[in-house]
Amino acid sequence: MSAMLSIRDLRKTYDGGFQALKGVTLEIREGEIIALLGPNGAGKTTLISTVCGITTPTSGKVTVGGHDILTDFRAARALIGLVPQEVSLEPFEKVIKTVRFSRGLFGHRRDEALIEKILRRLSLWDKRNAQIKELSGGMKRRVLIAKALAHEPRVLFLDEPTAGVDVELRKDMWGIVADLKADGVTIILTTHYIEEAEAIADRIGVINGGELLLVEDKDRLMTRLGKKRIEVHLSEPLDAIPPALAQPGLSLEGEGDVLMFEYDTQAERTGITKLLNDIAGAGLVLRDLSTRQSSLEEIFVDLVTEGRS
Amino acid sequence: MNWGAIAAIYRFEMSRFFRTLMQSFLSPVLSTSLYFVVFGTAIGSRIEQVEGISYGAFIVPGLIMLSVITQSISNASFGIYFPKFIGTIYELLSAPVTFLEIVLGYVGAAATKALFIGTVILCTAALFVDFPIAHPLAMVLFLVLTCLSFALMGFIIGIWAKNFEQLQLVPLLVVTPLVFLGGSFYSITMLPPVWQTITLFNPVVYLISGFRWSFFDAADVPVGLSLLAIAGFTCLCLGVIWWIFRTGWRIRS
Repeated sequence: MSAMLSIRDLRKTYDGGFQALKGVTLEIREGEIIALLGPNGAGKTTLISTVCGITTPTSGKVTVGGHDILTDFRAARALIGLVPQEVSLEPFEKVIKTVRFSRGLFGHRRDEALIEKILRRLSLWDKRNAQIKELSGGMKRRVLIAKALAHEPRVLFLDEPTAGVDVELRKDMWGIVADLKADGVTIILTTHYIEEAEAIADRIGVINGGELLLVEDKDRLMTRLGKKRIEVHLSEPLDAIPPALAQPGLSLEGEGDVLMFEYDTQAERTGITKLLNDIAGAGLVLRDLSTRQSSLEEIFVDLVTEGRS
Repeated sequence: MNWGAIAAIYRFEMSRFFRTLMQSFLSPVLSTSLYFVVFGTAIGSRIEQVEGISYGAFIVPGLIMLSVITQSISNASFGIYFPKFIGTIYELLSAPVTFLEIVLGYVGAAATKALFIGTVILCTAALFVDFPIAHPLAMVLFLVLTCLSFALMGFIIGIWAKNFEQLQLVPLLVVTPLVFLGGSFYSITMLPPVWQTITLFNPVVYLISGFRWSFFDAADVPVGLSLLAIAGFTCLCLGVIWWIFRTGWRIRS
């Protein structure tokens, strides 16, 4: 698939001298969902704002659908929909009017059927004539999404779309993202919620301190960086790990009745066989056995901590 | 040119106006009536005529200009300041629109509202006094140009303002004094010679004089000069806006 969004050595230094982006390079394929993870102030919003035209880049080159965002900004922006992090809406305007306005702003003719479809999909149809100020926080976020979709974008930026919304809306949002993906829309999502990235993204980018620490296929990232843990539940608790069993990565947990062994799935020798043999040799009786893969959250925290150190 | 975007901004701005139509309509009717009661009847009855025109009729062009100028500025400045204030400006900045299109949408809507109010005042004034309109086309031209140029100025103020206080600062401290001292309620020939000369540095004098000429065929300053002044002011505002959009001053970080 061709690159729908291409970012080359993008840098942004604000007037005060703060360097928000330090040479970000990223290619995003058409129809792909990429989640950008990073702590507050990592540069996620600056990256999105720059691509969308809200912030002027200091240097670097960005193209959307092959169109340069500075020299061919009309064509580039026509492809983009943006759901901002802040809930910014005209409080006295009616829902349907503000969505129509967004479509008009992109130079599209009125299309009431499409607006109705979008509003229905976002459960806003019944509220179409309500003033924005009458809506709940979650509903306002839905309006922001409706506005972003009103001109049928091919690339959708979702800047922390589920921050502070209830579980129902979050799941609903994931469903909408899945629908959009099925339509071939490229989606760039920033989030604090790791499970969100885990649930919907094809690739994960980790950004911190204005630098893209890594971008990788989600499953590969999980496999490559993921550590697995094996929990051996014993029938009888131990006071300490028997010397015959001692090896790196092994610890005694619970009330002395759980042997926890952490191992690298990519290593040539994981050490599981030796551990199980040693347990049998020591005459320990097992009650249960389970394995668990480290979550994306743990991977993310590790990466950011490494970046800081 | 993204005409659809211009129309969308224009419609969106006008819908704000229509939401408060009664206030928009009643406020100028009431204030014009008050001006006529105070200046036209109470004070005006003691001033027989100004340059051969009854005082009540004489103040009509000045009254219209006073409202049109303040309305153009406040509508345009609020129109662009409000999205900045509530954050919805992101939508304008990320849309495939040029700044020219944004200006046309906002300034067009602000000028339309001011034009509407100017017309309401004209009609209200006609209920109180009789006045001729010697050059109707010139009258409309002056009115439209004034609405447009001061809406452009209002747009600049809206971009410049960082808070609501600043939004009010220029209209209150600069524009209102200039309009009041610009011959809205008197002919500058009524002033002592020194003040007549000083007044000529007030750009609003040329607008009011030209506008008054279109009614009574009599002016304080030559009509050509009035047109030149308003054209120059429009060009100045356009120049400033062009610079703002080139640099992204107070809009883009």
